[in-house]
Amino acid sequence: MQAFTLTRPADTKSAIAAASRPDSAYIAGGTDLLQLTKDHVETPRQLVDLEPLALSRIHATGARLRLEPLARMSDVAAHPAVLRDWPVLSQALLASASPQIRNMGTMGGNLLQRTRCGYFRDTGFACNKRVPGSGCPAINGENRMHAILGVSDRCIATYPGDMAVALNVLDADIELTGQPGVRKVPIGDFHREPGDTPHIETVLQPGELITGIDIPSPARRSHYLKVRDRASFEFALVSAAVALDIEDGTIRAARVAAGGVGTKPWRLAQVEAALTGKSPDAATLKAAADQAAAGAKPAKSNGFKIVLLKRTVLRALQTVSA
Amino acid sequence: MPMIGKPIDRTDGRLKVTGAARYAAEFRLPGVVHGVLVQSTIAAGSIAGFDLSEAEAMPGVLTIITPDNAGKLQHPEHVQQTVPGPLLQNKDILFNGQHIAVVIAGTLEQAEAAAAAVRVRYFNAEAATSMDALLSQAYPPKHFRNGARPPDSSRGDPDGTFNSGAVKLDLTYITPIEHHNAMEPHATLAAWNGDKLTVWTATQGISGAQATLAGQFGIDKSDVRIICPYLGGGFGSKGNTWPPATLAALAARTVKRPVKLVLSRAQMYTSNGYRPRTVQKIKLSSDIDGRLISVRHDGFSSMSQPALGEFSEPVALATEMLYACPDLAVTHRLVALNAPLPTYMRAPGEASGVFALESAMDEMAAALKMDPIKFRLQNYAETDPHENKPFASKALRACYEQGAQAFGWDKRSAEPRSMRDGNTLIGWGFATSTYPTNRQPAAVRVRMDRAGNVTVQSGTQDIGTGTYTVMTQVASDALGIPVQRIRFELGDSSLPPAPVSGGSQTVASVGPSVQAACAALIEKIKDMALSGGGWRGQSREALQIRDGLVVGADRRVPIGALVEKSGHPFIEVEVQTKPGEEKQRFSMHAFGAQFAEVRIDQDLGEIRVSRFVGAFDAGRVLNAKTASSQLIGGITYGIGMALLEETLVDGETGRVVNANVAEYLMPVNADIPDIQTIIVPNDDTTSNPLGAKGIGELPMVGVAAAIANAVYHATGVRVRKVPIRIEDILV
Ligand SMILES: Cc1cc2nc3c(=O)[nH]c(=O)nc-3n(C[C@H](O)[C@H](O)[C@H](O)COP(=O)(O)OP(=O)(O)OC[C@H]3O[C@@H](n4cnc5c(N)ncnc54)[C@H](O)[C@@H]3O)c2cc1C
Ligand code: SF4
Repeated sequence: MQAFTLTRPADTKSAIAAASRPDSAYIAGGTDLLQLTKDHVETPRQLVDLEPLALSRIHATGARLRLEPLARMSDVAAHPAVLRDWPVLSQALLASASPQIRNMGTMGGNLLQRTRCGYFRDTGFACNKRVPGSGCPAINGENRMHAILGVSDRCIATYPGDMAVALNVLDADIELTGQPGVRKVPIGDFHREPGDTPHIETVLQPGELITGIDIPSPARRSHYLKVRDRASFEFALVSAAVALDIEDGTIRAARVAAGGVGTKPWRLAQVEAALTGKSPDAATLKAAADQAAAGAKPAKSNGFKIVLLKRTVLRALQTVSA
Repeated sequence: MPMIGKPIDRTDGRLKVTGAARYAAEFRLPGVVHGVLVQSTIAAGSIAGFDLSEAEAMPGVLTIITPDNAGKLQHPEHVQQTVPGPLLQNKDILFNGQHIAVVIAGTLEQAEAAAAAVRVRYFNAEAATSMDALLSQAYPPKHFRNGARPPDSSRGDPDGTFNSGAVKLDLTYITPIEHHNAMEPHATLAAWNGDKLTVWTATQGISGAQATLAGQFGIDKSDVRIICPYLGGGFGSKGNTWPPATLAALAARTVKRPVKLVLSRAQMYTSNGYRPRTVQKIKLSSDIDGRLISVRHDGFSSMSQPALGEFSEPVALATEMLYACPDLAVTHRLVALNAPLPTYMRAPGEASGVFALESAMDEMAAALKMDPIKFRLQNYAETDPHENKPFASKALRACYEQGAQAFGWDKRSAEPRSMRDGNTLIGWGFATSTYPTNRQPAAVRVRMDRAGNVTVQSGTQDIGTGTYTVMTQVASDALGIPVQRIRFELGDSSLPPAPVSGGSQTVASVGPSVQAACAALIEKIKDMALSGGGWRGQSREALQIRDGLVVGADRRVPIGALVEKSGHPFIEVEVQTKPGEEKQRFSMHAFGAQFAEVRIDQDLGEIRVSRFVGAFDAGRVLNAKTASSQLIGGITYGIGMALLEETLVDGETGRVVNANVAEYLMPVNADIPDIQTIIVPNDDTTSNPLGAKGIGELPMVGVAAAIANAVYHATGVRVRKVPIRIEDILV
């Protein structure tokens, strides 16, 4: 690890001012950042500690949910209102990492966790995301865990997180506070596809701070399904988040997203379209799930994710519509 | 009541759970400085030069050792645990992740930061990274089994008789590179005092470390002291004396201060061996009644460049002795790559070889439409069919019976895909396990003080398996003294020498010596009692030693009182025992039967082991609790091999891609079902006086095959490689 200074800001404003200086990074739970700094993947000179800001509340007011950025993964997952009204969120969090990491990991840090691509996390390799222009060894290398959707010829790294996939079907807004002020970004626009600039992963500007996650309405009929080699403590090979609004035997609204397959949390609009306005019968669900991998571009070792994605989406749809 | 066999708690358990047990990296010395390795980022070529200016200017840096300035080391011949490199003795690069420099600084953080600032220029050469592409250039090992036997062996004419079988199979199985990933990293603290070297290091073999370091630095063995009271797991990775231990000592000599050198987890993927990748070709031919006619097992294992030493995964040794078949041949070949030197990993040879053999046996049973156990019994070897010797003992039939009974094997429906629970396919699989019973010379000293307390000492190791505990139990029975009054000391090369803790041989080697030394101590006590203890002139036979007392017909005297009377602070004896000619006369092996149930989501392909039963003929059990922990641990290790573990190497650069335990998957609690272990009682006093067979490796052998066979039974898909992945069975 490279030596750094630790700034403990008194308030949000001074946090943002401090983090706007070059070579700075916020630190929340530290569960991802410290690994990256120990491995010299990130080499900040200044860490700005978010802990003193005490922004860790979970507000469930009527139909709305607001999560402050330092709310712990474990606390959000166990919150009674979340369990009742947003089961997909609780399930996604409980399927993430391990209890120890969930006790440390925060909402803001979770959204910004970086890819698990082994080439990215080892400075002994070239990697366009870590060193722009150095190349992407994963494209012809060990890419079983890599993305099949949203890939570019510069980067095929998977967005690894689970919670953001769930937030995508909850139509969450991410509140960002920077020196110019506060803005809200829909979760679907927060993460970016790699394109020609895989090192730019979100719309976050330097110094900008995630100050909240807002979820506008309940999604009691929702579910998160994660498929993996190991029964626990592993990132998704494929996952599906589903929220359905079924009234009088008809799907009024369908929101479906996938994890483990995209370079960002992947919203499956074509699946949603195939469900909306239909009755949730077996044939409809199957036909909709069959659309899940539209546009997929597999690499050498991850082609199986195409069929696995369709089946995972189907199982998740079956579970919520049952 | 004998102590041997009792499930007593570990004598060192409290020290371990309270953190008081000191591991190599935890020792402290005044003035210690820290060494951090710099490793190459190319796999083949040489070093063109270093730019050290930035690193040398960083805070706390004392020096940077590179091949340009490293002190010269010698290569001790004939020390089995010595690894020839990389030791900074030249500029050749033979694998990616090779040590090329050591940065020494005042603190660990300073050394790590400076290590990252070392710049290296290379001359690149083309690297050999694909084993499959080089299979045609495979060559026979030169020192197979350290020269103990040739790599090839045969009986009869397997190629000639192969075609006469009613069912013939010709199959290829593949096992990947696996890393031990012991919880404790490799760590060394080295300190020189003049020409005397003291080294605290994480090793499974203090004697080998002593001989290696003495040889490398050209000093006398008696001037090297190795200390290793506790080991946080080794699984074979700490058997050899790997270069980081030597480099720590070299660094300490260079800066004239004690140096601590601890590997990072990532560095452990290129610094201390691994299980090599294997490609195994198996040909089986059987008559219609399920009698094997001909067997061939041709094993290829991946290797480093020969300059780094030699290790060959002995995959086909179990094949030679496991089944009675008249015509058989086995071969072992190596494929040299630009890779680090592989090494022993829990059940080296058997774990990977029996996966292939017992998968093939299952395939043959399926082809014959025969119950897999019945097929094994049809070919049961009553004597060792390869060496034409009787087994020292063999209770494999009882393992089959008791394992099958506990598992409920008779309720298995034979057809694949015939057992299910909703969306879940259920499969039952079975495989045989075997591992040789090894023993080597070991010396033990026993000492009793005036208070009647006993210290038993041997330069053996406790690699986490419970040596401290079980040796205390052996001594307790042999001396008739409660375990609380006995202290077992190990892990110091100044103690009487014992072999490396590998090959499941510690109990069978050290245990008999503990017994013999205790027996000798008793005779010495009787001598004292008969000469000066008041029983002068009475018969030796009339005296008994128990509960810390010398008991005669007329009275009893505490042994401690005799010690006191002798005028010495303690009495002691030292004894060495060694294997006799039993090895020439008998074939010595442990056996087992492994039963797995898997549950597989038929759409999503997730494979979970839901039940496991292992029944073992492991000889005499010294402690029912540590033994069952070993069995459960071994089966768990096997589940990892079957479904999770795999080191991924980038084909272009030869560099490990998943050098961390987040991406190198090992089982977590959620992966491990209730494991039922059964010990089939079978004291084997032919193999050694204690009757133990060794229990560390046996339980992982056959697990991967049992699971692969269960996966086939569940799905109808035969997977001839591990780990078995979701994509292998998605249909
Ligand atoms: C072994 C392992 C397994 C894991 N498995 C999973 C899994 O299965 N699924 C899953 O979803 N996750 C998994 N994780 C990731 C884990 O969820 C994240 O590490 C955690 O959520 C990060 O939170 P943190 O608070 O510790 O972030 P930190 O490490 O503190 O920060 C991460 C990043 O976010 C930035 N940051 C933090 N808060 C803010 C803020 N408010 N505004 C702006 N920037 C901010 C930091 O600067 C840093 O760049 C795993 C992690 C590990 C180590
Ligand atoms: S996939 Fe992306 S992160 Fe991985 S090596 Fe390629 S560029 Fe780097």
